[in-house]
Amino acid sequence: MSNKINNSMSLAKPDAVDISNKQKVALAIGVIGLFILALALFNVNFPNKGLFLTLSLSLISVGIVVYARDAYLTKLEGIKNDGVWFKSISSRGAWGWIVGVILTTFYIILYFFPKYLGLGSDGAENTGLVGLFDPLSKLLSGRAASQWFVYGALYTVAILAFGYKFILKYRHNRYQQVRTISVMFFQLGFAFLIPEFMYVMNSDLPYYDLKSMWPLNYYIFDEWSVKGFLSNGNIGLALILFGIITIFVISPILTYKFGKRWYCSWVCGCGGLAETAGDSFRQLSSKKMSAWKLERWLIHTVLVFSVVMTVAMVYTYLGYDSNNFWLTRGLFIVLVIAFLSLVFAGVMFFKGKELGKDAKLGAIGYLVVIALLLVMHFTGTTEQIFFIKGGALRSAYGLYIGSIFSGVIGTGFYPILGSRSWCRFGCPMAAILGFQQRLFSKFRITTNGGQCISCGNCSNSCEMGIDVRAYAQKGENIVRSSCVGCGVCSAVCPRGVLKLENDSMEGRINPTDVLLGNDVDLMDLVNKK
Amino acid sequence: MKEHIVIIGNGISGVTAARHIRKLSDKRITIVSGETDYFFSRTALMYIYMGHMKFEHTQPYENWFWEKNRINLKKGYVNNIETATKTLHFAEGDTLNYDKLIIATGSKPNKFGWPGQDLDGVMGMYHKQDLENLEKHAPNNKACKRAVIVGGGLIGIELAEMLNSRKIPVTFLVREDSFWNGVLPKGESQMINRHIKNHHIDLRLSSNLKEIKSDENGKVKSIIIQETGEEIICDVVGLTAGVAPNIDFIKSSNIELGRGVKVNRYLETNVPDVYAIGDCAEQHEGIDGRRPIEAVWYTGRMMGETLAQTICGNRIQYKPGHWFNSAKFLDIEYQTYGWVFASPRDGEAHFHWKHSDDTKCITVCYDTKTNAFLGINTFGIRMRHEVFDKWLTEGRDVDYVINNLPEANFDPEFYSHYEADILKAYNKQPQTV
Ligand SMILES: Cc1cc2nc3c(=O)[nH]c(=O)nc-3n(C[C@H](O)[C@H](O)[C@H](O)COP(=O)(O)OP(=O)(O)OC[C@H]3O[C@@H](n4cnc5c(N)ncnc54)[C@H](O)[C@@H]3O)c2cc1C
Ligand code: SF4
Ligand code: SF4
Repeated sequence: MSNKINNSMSLAKPDAVDISNKQKVALAIGVIGLFILALALFNVNFPNKGLFLTLSLSLISVGIVVYARDAYLTKLEGIKNDGVWFKSISSRGAWGWIVGVILTTFYIILYFFPKYLGLGSDGAENTGLVGLFDPLSKLLSGRAASQWFVYGALYTVAILAFGYKFILKYRHNRYQQVRTISVMFFQLGFAFLIPEFMYVMNSDLPYYDLKSMWPLNYYIFDEWSVKGFLSNGNIGLALILFGIITIFVISPILTYKFGKRWYCSWVCGCGGLAETAGDSFRQLSSKKMSAWKLERWLIHTVLVFSVVMTVAMVYTYLGYDSNNFWLTRGLFIVLVIAFLSLVFAGVMFFKGKELGKDAKLGAIGYLVVIALLLVMHFTGTTEQIFFIKGGALRSAYGLYIGSIFSGVIGTGFYPILGSRSWCRFGCPMAAILGFQQRLFSKFRITTNGGQCISCGNCSNSCEMGIDVRAYAQKGENIVRSSCVGCGVCSAVCPRGVLKLENDSMEGRINPTDVLLGNDVDLMDLVNKK
Repeated sequence: MKEHIVIIGNGISGVTAARHIRKLSDKRITIVSGETDYFFSRTALMYIYMGHMKFEHTQPYENWFWEKNRINLKKGYVNNIETATKTLHFAEGDTLNYDKLIIATGSKPNKFGWPGQDLDGVMGMYHKQDLENLEKHAPNNKACKRAVIVGGGLIGIELAEMLNSRKIPVTFLVREDSFWNGVLPKGESQMINRHIKNHHIDLRLSSNLKEIKSDENGKVKSIIIQETGEEIICDVVGLTAGVAPNIDFIKSSNIELGRGVKVNRYLETNVPDVYAIGDCAEQHEGIDGRRPIEAVWYTGRMMGETLAQTICGNRIQYKPGHWFNSAKFLDIEYQTYGWVFASPRDGEAHFHWKHSDDTKCITVCYDTKTNAFLGINTFGIRMRHEVFDKWLTEGRDVDYVINNLPEANFDPEFYSHYEADILKAYNKQPQTV
């Protein structure tokens, strides 16, 4: 075995599970497509940009499609994980690192040095890569492309092409197919096309991806954004109201009925990319207990940060005088604190027992937020909150969380940390939905009595790093806040042990010491608490 | 001094016993194994070779778990048990004393004295060492141009799937005239035959191994089939004709042995303070239609759970509930609840339904006099253990079960359902009176 496990660092790996010639050709086609983009990046000035852009994106898509068809359609339906831990790219081998570095570099340039992508500044024409995308952008919305347009277009192509691959990979599994079609639809329609068309209809409206919710689109309550919406009459008002309703009404109802999966693996673009383009890396997420501990601290810290930051942002542009606008700073802080206290008290009252030790951590989190808000209110001045410029907090959030964490680390590190490290460690939206999923939702993964053989396939393929086996082998249902309900654990289980279900809240969490199949007396004796 | 519980074998049965003894008491616990440092899932061996997982992923507990729970691990091979002085003697020369001993040494692959069975390139598929051996002899289809598997059981078909994943051509010798038909009813067994062939595995039914031939270096060169005398050139031979309790080292002691370590319903051997659980334990008589030796994962776990109670002062019988099990034949999942025998016994009948795509079927066994539901086999459709366990306990009849099958369905959401089809087929049967 030794000769196999360690060879993934070699580039010219003489591996057992080699790819076919057709797949090599497909890879070459895709690489040519990427090469056109690279040429554009290095400022090769293509004569007919529209043609070359079409050529490039088509070649990339065709490469992926041909590859996928050869990889999956030549075999019978079933689980297709052969060799994932042998292949250099999917086992943190040399190719994994190379791709990781390229992706990370791309994100750094995208976020911090867009001019190297060819973004024209001060009204100058776009050149390079951004320039290459001008024809498409003009076609859709009439304006020149920006680096975000380039990113959005590539992102969408990736979700569509790799989504196709994923659908073929799971062609025996209707759940996987349906939800993949769903993320493909939401990415193409809601994240990519509709905002462009909205721009055509009303060019003053801020960019709004209708499916994106606060705190994911943390900028929606920024002053420029709110003003942008409000200055656009009814449609703007409707949009911002829609934003508020999605957070406070639609999302809680859907999460109650279906778990957070309705968003994380059916709608969300970050999740969509992870599930499709990131699928080859899902097994890389760490299942260690230590990783889980880190996850809980990190994601909740980000949540606290995002709540405080958003409140602070709104706070800075509110006034003191209720004659100008009914919502004053003082009233706003009182309302926020009252709302948080209500949620907190409700949870403690109904679920305090179930939470056990975690209740203490929840209380700490709650107190920290309240304390921060009070400090802000009583020390803040018109210009400064927390003794720094109001905008600085917002920029810090945008920089560290919005860019570095979600983009550079979250996606750039796919081949190293696994496909959902942003969703798992950083996403404040996931934290809120997860909190609700854990406490007030009908969703769970049911464990099928005593059928588990502890093989570990489920844990291995959980992109959220949940040690699914630890529950399944005890006969316990999986009720974890981080579970995005991708259903892959259930798909790969060779013994039919796991089923994602929405059922009653009663008996959803079923701690067991002795499993079904045992002597009834023993089960009664041991399992009663 | 705290009582010292020593467990030989760090498989599912020994480890479960240790975990539950720790939950229930403060006793000193030592687990001994000659195979690996830490507990791993034998059932997942195939996935390592297939590249779905690495070896470390087959370990259900992280390495810190054992120290945190004060369970000592000792790597070593026990040569001899001296019950009079309660001492274990290790192959490495050292000894260990116990107050109570749990034998949980599992199984070893059967070898039926075939000529050439110990050649280089011939292996079973049970221990981690077997996997390492396979990796050495069959790293890819250049080093191993063909492999022959002898014995058509659950491990045989897993080995076939493993080799297939590396595109190594496989010839699969099965003694019976249809795959695993000592256990599976005809319709199911034949469906699996076809599925195996669809995977381009060269399935040879009614074929026994005569001998394995060696090249000049003591390595496998070919095998000869008994029935036809055909010689098949190959680089690897997998022997998967069942397993037997791994108890040779106990023969020198005064612990009573049959095919396995003989135990009563309390899992006690004839020697006080010595117990046996898991694959290596043999009941004096099979329990409720079960075999005296049950070499499956969950029974090992249940014996561990039960024995922990006994050792911690709550002496309790091993009483497994309704029989159930599961397996996977290449891409087809199989589950069974209650008893369905290969052919109906006296007073029993089978109802069989198969989907036209030839990858899904069920067989329901019932009592022809009382109509009582006795068991179900399902292929390609997942079922709910809890529901069948309940129905068996409640003694439901077959009509009830077929009419309520949707309640038992455990397939993922959005899957097609076949219960209506099944019901239609069931109602169409000629009435047997
Ligand atoms: C490839 C494969 C697939 C399987 N798939 C399934 C399945 O899908 N479902 C199912 O129900 N069952 C399955 N089984 C069977 C299942 O794995 C066994 O029933 C189970 O592992 C038995 O557990 P155990 O604890 O009794 O013994 P084991 O797991 O065999 O553990 C015994 C341990 O004791 C050690 N040992 C033995 N003698 C000594 C000694 N003298 N000194 C020191 N150490 C010693 C052995 O090396 C071994 O590590 C499968 C088995 C194999 C090999
Ligand atoms: S739940 Fe399924 S995949 Fe997970 S360990 Fe158990 S048998 Fe394996
Ligand atoms: S537990 Fe299963 S469904 Fe949930 S995220 Fe992990 S793999 Fe997906």
